[in-house]
Amino acid sequence: MNQADFKRLSLILLFMPFALWILLLIILPHIGMGVLALREKVGPRVYEFGFGNFIDFAMEPIYWNILFRTGSMSLLVTALALIAGFPIAYYIAKIAGRRSRGALFLVCLIPLWVSDLIRAFGWILLLRETGVVSSTLLWLGLVDAPVEMLYNDITVVIGLVYTVILFMIVPLVSTLDGMDNAMIEAGYNLGGNGWTVLRRIIVPYAMPGIISGCIIVFMLTAGSYLTPILLGGKNSSWFTETIYEQFITRYNWESGAAFGFLLLAFTSFVVWLGLKLSGQTLAGTVARN
Amino acid sequence: MLDQEKNWGMLLGYRLYVLAFFIFLAAPLVAAGTFAFNDSLFPALPWQGFTFDWFFNDTEPKLGMFHDRRLLRGLYYSFIIATAVSGLSVFVGTCNAFLFTRREFPAKNFFYIMMIVPLVIPGVILGISILVFVSSIANGIEESYGIELEFMRPGILLVVLGQFSFITTITTLVIIARLKKFDGAMEEAALNLGASRARVLMTITLPFLRPAMIAAGIVAFLVSFENFNTTLFLVGSESPLTITMFDRMAKVGSTPVLNAVSFFLIVGSGLLALISILIQRDRSSE
Amino acid sequence: MTSKPDFDLECSNVSKTFGPVRAVDDVSFEIPSGSFFSILGPSGCGKTTLMRMIAGFENPTAGDIRIKGMSVLGTPPNRRNVKMVFQHLALFPMMNVYENIAYGLRCAGAGKAEIATKVKDVLERIALPDVGEREIHQLSGGQKQRIAIARCMVLDPDVLLLDEPLGALDLKLREAMKIELKLLQHQFNTTFVYITHDQSEALVMSDHVAVMNSGRFEQIGTPQQLYHKPASAFVAGFVGDANRWNGRVAEARDGRARVETSAGLTLTCTPGSGQTFRPGDAVEIFVRPEFIRTSARNGQDAANDGAGDDGLEGIVDSLLFNGANSRALVRPPQGEPIEADITLTGGPEDIRPGETVRLSWSPDQALCFAVGTAPR
Repeated sequence: MNQADFKRLSLILLFMPFALWILLLIILPHIGMGVLALREKVGPRVYEFGFGNFIDFAMEPIYWNILFRTGSMSLLVTALALIAGFPIAYYIAKIAGRRSRGALFLVCLIPLWVSDLIRAFGWILLLRETGVVSSTLLWLGLVDAPVEMLYNDITVVIGLVYTVILFMIVPLVSTLDGMDNAMIEAGYNLGGNGWTVLRRIIVPYAMPGIISGCIIVFMLTAGSYLTPILLGGKNSSWFTETIYEQFITRYNWESGAAFGFLLLAFTSFVVWLGLKLSGQTLAGTVARN
Repeated sequence: MLDQEKNWGMLLGYRLYVLAFFIFLAAPLVAAGTFAFNDSLFPALPWQGFTFDWFFNDTEPKLGMFHDRRLLRGLYYSFIIATAVSGLSVFVGTCNAFLFTRREFPAKNFFYIMMIVPLVIPGVILGISILVFVSSIANGIEESYGIELEFMRPGILLVVLGQFSFITTITTLVIIARLKKFDGAMEEAALNLGASRARVLMTITLPFLRPAMIAAGIVAFLVSFENFNTTLFLVGSESPLTITMFDRMAKVGSTPVLNAVSFFLIVGSGLLALISILIQRDRSSE
Repeated sequence: MTSKPDFDLECSNVSKTFGPVRAVDDVSFEIPSGSFFSILGPSGCGKTTLMRMIAGFENPTAGDIRIKGMSVLGTPPNRRNVKMVFQHLALFPMMNVYENIAYGLRCAGAGKAEIATKVKDVLERIALPDVGEREIHQLSGGQKQRIAIARCMVLDPDVLLLDEPLGALDLKLREAMKIELKLLQHQFNTTFVYITHDQSEALVMSDHVAVMNSGRFEQIGTPQQLYHKPASAFVAGFVGDANRWNGRVAEARDGRARVETSAGLTLTCTPGSGQTFRPGDAVEIFVRPEFIRTSARNGQDAANDGAGDDGLEGIVDSLLFNGANSRALVRPPQGEPIEADITLTGGPEDIRPGETVRLSWSPDQALCFAVGTAPR
C-alpha cells in the first residue's frame, strides 16, 4: 500500500465516527422531527401531510404568548447575565492578584458542574414561604407574616440568571485573560478616561467572548426546563414546558415535534441575528474555547 | 488626593460587589447542602440539631440516602450512563480532534460548524428529535417485520445516545485545544529516531494528549451526571438520579434526604471538577 | 557507478517543487566522511526543505540522495540512518533524559542491558554523566542541546543533521555552543550537516560550507575560500561585511576594471572569479572594512597608500566602538558612508568624529561582479 492510499484510508477511518455521530444523532433526527411535524392527524391512525400542526399553533394566541414570553425573558436574562457577569470576569482576569485569580476562577467553575436541579432546589429552600429568607425576615421582625417569594417572574428571572451566569463568565474570563494589560494602560496613557477605555478598547477586544457567552446563555435559557418549572410553578408558561406537555402528557407527538421545531427555528434566528448584528461568526466565538 | 480617594472608594465598592456575587453564587448550594444535617423531617428552619441520619439511618421516616433503594438505583443508573457517555465521547472526541487539527478535506469549515452545533441546540430538542427518530425506526421495524426491538424504546441506550450527541462537542473542543499545542516536530523526531507510525502515536502523541483526554472524560462524566433536559424525554423505567430527584421534589414533597443527595453530589462533582482542572493545568505548563 | 564509499552523503541534481515554487533547484554535493558541512543561506532559501528531504520527511521531485553510497529515496524516514537535531530540539517532555536517549534504541529493539550501557556511555561522552533521571524541563538550554545530540548519536548515525539548533539560545551561550559542537563532532567523528542562516556559526565550525540562495547552491568551499574568493555577488554580500557600490565599467584590461560608480567615484577593482567585463557593464563592487586603511590627514597626502592603491578622502561621521572590532563611518564627498575597521587605543592619536581622513585599499581587495541577486 503506498503513502497516498494510506492517507486516504486513515482519513476515511477518522471521518467515520464524526460522520456517524452528526448524521445519526443530529441531522437525521432533526429531519425526522421536521417530517413528523408536517404530519397531520386526521383520524385514528390516519395521517396526511400538511401544515396543520403549525396552523394550530398560529391560531392559538396562548402559544404565541408563551413563545414570545420565553424569548423576551431569555433575552432579558442574557442581558442581565452579561451586565452582572462582566465586572466579575474583569475582576478575575485583570484586577485580582495572581494567586487569588486562580482560586476565584475555580470557585466560579465548581458550581458550574453542580446540577441545575440542586441549584434550583437550593433556591426553593431559601425563598419559599417556610424558607430561610422568609423565616429570617420574620425573626428579625421585618415582616409580620411569612412571605412567599417563589412562583413569580422576578424569581424565575433571578433563578435563570443564577443558573446560566457562569457560562457567561467563563468565556469572558478566558478572553480578557488573553488581553495584554499594556493595551489598557496605553488607552489611559493616550488620554482616555475609564469609560472610553472600556467602550473603545476592552469591550471591542472582548467581543468574541461576549458573543460566545451570550449565545450559550441565550440557548441555555430558552431551552431550560427545570428552573422555570421549579421556581415559577406549574403555570410558569415556559415554551419547553408546552413541548413536554404535548409529548408526554397529551401524547401528541406531531404537534410536540412542530413546537420543538418552532423553538429551534426561533432561537436559531435570534442567534443568527445576534451574530449578524455584531459581525461575528459561530466558529469564531463559541468554538474558540 | 481627591482623585485617589475616589478611586479607592470605587475599588472598595467593586470588591464589595464581587464579594456579594460570590455569596449569591454560594447561597443556594450552601442551603441545599446544610439542611442535609438538620435533624428534622423538613428541609427548613428552625435548626433542630446536627445529624447524619439523612445519610445513614435505615428506618422510615428518616430513611438515609444510602438505604433508600430508589435513590441508590438512580445513582447506579446515572453512574452507568455517565461512564458510557464519557468513554464514547472521549473516543469520538479524540478522533474528531485529529480530524480537524491534522487533516485537510473539502468543506472542512462547514463540518467544523456542524461539530459545534450540537452544543447550541437546546437539550430538550435534542431529546425529542432523537426520541422521534429512533421510535419511528422501531415502529417501522415492528410494522414490517413484527419484531419488537426493546433497546430502541426509551431507556438507558437512548439516554446515552442523547447525552453523547452534545457532550462529544465538549470533549472534542477540549482535546482540540491540547492537540493544537502539540509540536509536530516531536512526531518527526520520534520517526527520525526509528519509531514506526503506530509507535509514535502510542509513545508520543497519545501520552501528550492524555491529560486532556482525562479532563475531557471527567467533564463528560459530570455533564452527563447532572443532565436533565435531554434525559427527560429519553428515560424509560431505569431513571437516573436527576430524574428520580425531580420526581420526588415535584410529587412527594421534599425531605432532607434530597439535601443529603445534593450534598453528596456537590462535594463529588466539586472534587472531580477540581481534579480535571488540576490535571490540565499541571501538564500544560511543561 | 558514481557512488564512492568515502562519501557519507551525496546529493545529485536534487530538486523539490511545491506547486509553482521551486524550493530546491538542481542541487548537487557530496560530503566526505567525518567532516563538518554547513548549508548557509537566508531564511526561505530552501535549506530546510533540503534537510527534510535528506531526513526523509519530504520526497525530492527529481534527483537522487545517497547515504554511504546507497540511494535512500524509497526508504521511509524511520528506516534511514540519518538522525536529526530539530530547531527547537523536540525533546519529549513526558520522558526523562534517560528515556529520551533510550527511545531510539528501544525502537531498534535493543536489550535492557545494552540500552543502559549505551545511554551511560553517551552521557559520559557529552560530559553530563549524572542527568539521566532528570526531567527535560529541569535542564538548562545548553544541556538540552547536548541531550538532543546525544539522543541521535547513541544510534551511531551515518550522518547527523542539525537544523539551526542554536537559534533559540542567547548570545553568550551560542558562542560557547559553537565551540562545543565543533569539539563534539571531532569526538564522535561523524559527519555533521549543519543548517544555519548565521554566517559566523557556519564559518567558525565548518570544514566546508555551501551557500544557498533561492533554492540553488551559489558556492561550496572552505570558509576561507568563501570569504576571500566569493564566487558570486550573493556570496560576497552574504558572507562577511562589505562596503558596496553600484557602477558601470569604464575600462577593463589586465585583470583589472575601472568603474564609475553611480555616485561619481572612480574605482579600480578586480573582477570576481569567472567574471569578464566589457565597458558599459553594470557591476557591483565589494570592499571589506578590514581591508581599508584609515589615516589621519595631516600633510602627508597618500604617503600610506601602496602603489596603485585606490584612495579617497572623507569626513568621519561617527565611530562605532566595539573593542577590537571598532569601525569608523566615513562620509566621502559623494555617495554613501563607508565603513572601515580602525584601532582605537584611547590615546590622543585616535581618530575623532568630524576629522578629515584618507581611506585607501588595494585594488586586489575590491572585487566586482555583474549586477545580480546580491542581498541588500
